[in-house]
Amino acid sequence: MAEEMRRDPDVFLMGEEVGQYQGAYKISQGLLDEFGPKRVVDTPITEMGFTGLACGAAFTGLKPIVEFMTFNFSLQAIDHILNSAAKTRYMSGGQLSCPIVFRGPNGAAARVGAQHSQDFSSWYAHCPGLKVVAPWSAADAKGLLKAAIRDPNPVVVLENELLYGQTFDVPDDPDFVLPFGQAEIVQSGRDITLVAWSRMVQVALDAAQTLKAEGIEAEVINLRSLRPLDIDTLVTSVQKTNRILTVEEGWPVAGLAAEIAAQIVERAFDWLDAPPSRVCGADVPLPYAANLEQLALPQPATVAAAARALCNRPSEGGA
Amino acid sequence: MAVKPRQPDPATPATPPPEELLRLYRSMLLIRRFEEKAGQLYGMGQINGFCHLYIGQEAVVTGMQAMAGPTDSCITSYRDHGHMLACGLDPKGVMAELTGRSGGYSRGKGGSMHMFSRDHRFYGGHGIVGAQVPLGIGLGFAHQYRGDGGVAHVYLGDGAVNQGQVYESFNMAALWKLPVVFVIENNLYAMGTASARHAAGDELCARGAAYGIPGERIDGMNVLSVRSAAARALAYARAGAGPFILEMMTYRYRGHSMSDPAKYRSKEEVSEMRDNHDPIDRLRQILQSQNVIDEAGLKEIDRTIKASVAAAADFAQTSPEPAASELWTDVLSEA
Ligand SMILES: Cc1ncc(C[n+]2csc(CCOP(=O)(O)OP(=O)(O)O)c2C)c(N)n1
Ligand SMILES: [Mg+2]
Repeated sequence: MAEEMRRDPDVFLMGEEVGQYQGAYKISQGLLDEFGPKRVVDTPITEMGFTGLACGAAFTGLKPIVEFMTFNFSLQAIDHILNSAAKTRYMSGGQLSCPIVFRGPNGAAARVGAQHSQDFSSWYAHCPGLKVVAPWSAADAKGLLKAAIRDPNPVVVLENELLYGQTFDVPDDPDFVLPFGQAEIVQSGRDITLVAWSRMVQVALDAAQTLKAEGIEAEVINLRSLRPLDIDTLVTSVQKTNRILTVEEGWPVAGLAAEIAAQIVERAFDWLDAPPSRVCGADVPLPYAANLEQLALPQPATVAAAARALCNRPSEGGA
Repeated sequence: MAVKPRQPDPATPATPPPEELLRLYRSMLLIRRFEEKAGQLYGMGQINGFCHLYIGQEAVVTGMQAMAGPTDSCITSYRDHGHMLACGLDPKGVMAELTGRSGGYSRGKGGSMHMFSRDHRFYGGHGIVGAQVPLGIGLGFAHQYRGDGGVAHVYLGDGAVNQGQVYESFNMAALWKLPVVFVIENNLYAMGTASARHAAGDELCARGAAYGIPGERIDGMNVLSVRSAAARALAYARAGAGPFILEMMTYRYRGHSMSDPAKYRSKEEVSEMRDNHDPIDRLRQILQSQNVIDEAGLKEIDRTIKASVAAAADFAQTSPEPAASELWTDVLSEA
């Protein structure tokens, strides 16, 4: 963010506790000192108001970055994200663009209960007029955020609180920008394709590790971009592995995994040796109790079990 | 502020009788000790996630509940443990919800921010800032609809006051004269943001003036002032005159939640409030100066409350985790 704010004086950050508090999760640490209160704006707890304000400013060509303390609170502002940011260019016959970034942590953190643990991937990926990305590694975070800020469209950047605490290497290049709509093959394999994004990439990698010990070689794909979706990379992978399993933290019904399955069936039906499958978050509001929370979210073991079943291998310790 | 809110009948109740002073004292002390214990259990890893303590603000809900009628209802934010105890919920069930066990009020599925008790007409426990306000006028609507004589006590923070839905609620509540008392717990901070940095105008109690809703600013660190304000506001709403706003000036001693180091305010500011305005100390001084109770009696109260909090903590750590099958229950009601 700092690099992009140095590069373009029209970029500013707005949200709750982004300035003096240095960000609820310290993402904006140091920005107030460097850019001052004009460009790092602490807001009242009025998501609908400041999101609308930022869209209005973006109509004039400013480039706001709106931080939601967590994406759960974007529900207060979802009307502006859809009706104002996503649709205005179309409704104005191309006259008005809305170059804005909506970012913040998305999905389940740890033990914060149902109202604070929701994955909005499929919600925003559903909407034409938006671009949606979900970084997993720090390089993703840098490259996708820069792409989002430089893009002339509204972009939703779904970060993850649990990943904030993880370290990865980051490219130094201030112009390291990742393109939208391009997935990353994190690990190649020939037996099954595991598709994931955000924190679920790690879950898929852990499952792949277990499977490897059993002689199943999984190809792990980090989607990075949820809208547009890089279906070509998935199709190419399925042509090699003939099996695909999507790991989605969110609810299964009408989720992104369902969309991937539909597109794979449309595009790669003849290459499939098994139905496209998915492991999703349990179809319930997220419970607080530690044991139930664990059961509600995809775990490496459940992913490995589902992969084994698709590959017609006996379950672990079974047979 | 140019706006002068309309004043209600100044029918201030007399100083409460000794038994009631003691009840107020016990109620505040229970909340204080309960919250201290919750803080300890959090430190031990028995409670996780967000946990917002009410320490310092005890006089507000205690004074309000002292004047609550038998059919009144209550709703608040995530800073809800004190409200539940003051509404008469069992400390064991509250603490066990904090630890996520099956003995908790939501059977471990809600957590610190989401607890409810229909029996006590306590409607939560809400994690989204401001959401409880329209829900709260809905409780008021139901009181009016049923004609049950109840008033909805709707608590919100100084930060929540800026949410748009609060003004939609003020308008409807005033328009339809709903029996609602809005209790703004102004603890001077919304997370790390001091009120002067988030709220235009200086009196939050005047925020209803445009809708004709009377408002008063009250010393929320003095349980007796809270109690008499509660009597006035509740009588007004109960009589069918419409909603009323009470802005309680109060203070939280701890961080916003257990994960907030609270670097945005000075140690001196906190100790000034704790040492010179503590609601429990202030009431204890009154109890002693009026000879309501002696030293031994105070010790006895202390001992009983500590024991009940210890029992709650014990229960909360030994109550089993919910059964795995509970993951799938309670999503929908049986049709
Ligand atoms: C809509 C929404 N936005 C942001 C948050 C995150 N958040 C939780 S509490 C809080 C501060 C609220 O302050 P205040 O209303 O003064 O209540 P207090 O915590 O002081 O009791 C914030 C920003 C939230 N829970 N909901
Ligand atoms: Mg506050």
